[in-house]
Amino acid sequence: MNLDFSWMAWTWPTAAFFIVIALMLCGMGFWEYVSPGGNPRVGVLRFETTRGDRLFVSLLGSAFIHLAWLGLVGPNLWWALALSVVYAIGVFRYV
Amino acid sequence: MEKTWNNKAWFLVLPVLVLVAFSAVIPLMTVVNYSVQDTFGNNVFFWAGTEWFEELLASDRFWEAMVRNLIFSFIILAIEVPLGIFIALNMPKKGWGVPVCLVLMALPLLIPWNVVGTIWQVFGRNDIGLLGYYVNALGLDYNYVQDPFDAWVTVIIMDVWHWTSLVVLLCYAGLVSIPDAFYQAAKIDGASRWAVFRYIQLPKMQRVLLIAVLLRFMDSFMIYTEPFVVTGGGPGNSTTFLSIDLVKTALGQFDLGPAAAMSLVYFLIILLLSWVFYTVMTNYDAER
Repeated sequence: MNLDFSWMAWTWPTAAFFIVIALMLCGMGFWEYVSPGGNPRVGVLRFETTRGDRLFVSLLGSAFIHLAWLGLVGPNLWWALALSVVYAIGVFRYV
Repeated sequence: MEKTWNNKAWFLVLPVLVLVAFSAVIPLMTVVNYSVQDTFGNNVFFWAGTEWFEELLASDRFWEAMVRNLIFSFIILAIEVPLGIFIALNMPKKGWGVPVCLVLMALPLLIPWNVVGTIWQVFGRNDIGLLGYYVNALGLDYNYVQDPFDAWVTVIIMDVWHWTSLVVLLCYAGLVSIPDAFYQAAKIDGASRWAVFRYIQLPKMQRVLLIAVLLRFMDSFMIYTEPFVVTGGGPGNSTTFLSIDLVKTALGQFDLGPAAAMSLVYFLIILLLSWVFYTVMTNYDAER
């Protein structure tokens, strides 16, 4: 059987993006294994979040930060990435 | 008793993981790949980087479709939720009327979306359609094919006809779950009809209303089939919502790169709104 996945149009940057997401999920799985329970707590949003929720909020927020940067500033996204990392640290620390 | 940990149970979720991978993850990955490339077919792709996203974010067409979609969702929620509550409050709670009303209410929900579109497309026509003919006979100049306002009215009435039943059924389920003791206590206190609604029925319906608002908002924000069948997005672009614009770009113009970028932005907005609604609902449950 010859499986042809050329229609998926893989590129190295998009592959790297998905590898990073997969590694993050593996890391979260390992973190859960080491420290079970998801570390629920009530942060600045005034409702309970687990570390999985915080990762989700970080990733979703980062996507919007990148889009906003692209729309308002320009195509150089390294600063948007840096801002997203700071945002994610903030989310994991305070949310 | 010692807790048993058996990780073999994870194998039971394997089928659903495979299903989700093929129906959602792989298509989503493909859309991400397409969004940074351009193609003219034959699986030949050219790197475009963030060009399609920049184009999309600067595109009036996209923002106009977004605003149209938000206005549409707002209007149908503003009509369907109060109307659904009103009908549910007036439905019989006992006797033969209950099954009759429930079946009548469920009927529009059983009709496939493209059939609903076809029904209203014919119904609204001013040459052979019952609605269009009689509205014009009353002296009103109604023509949804040429007039953007008439097209909007037709699409909104069609959605209200199709989906108010869902709100009614959810609210009715909330209402019949209220124990009689609440009404008896209200009667002893001499509560008015409004007070019964405000302090007993509405709080008891809050959860189902939240679900109704969530479902109707998400559904109306992703609406495609019915307006596409009735108006095809016209006249002009007046009823071109995000999903119709997306299909026009992807299949009509075969611009897979820009369509993929648009899909991702659309997906992110839906994801954000779903998360907000989900969070509100789960926290409401936790507070209770």
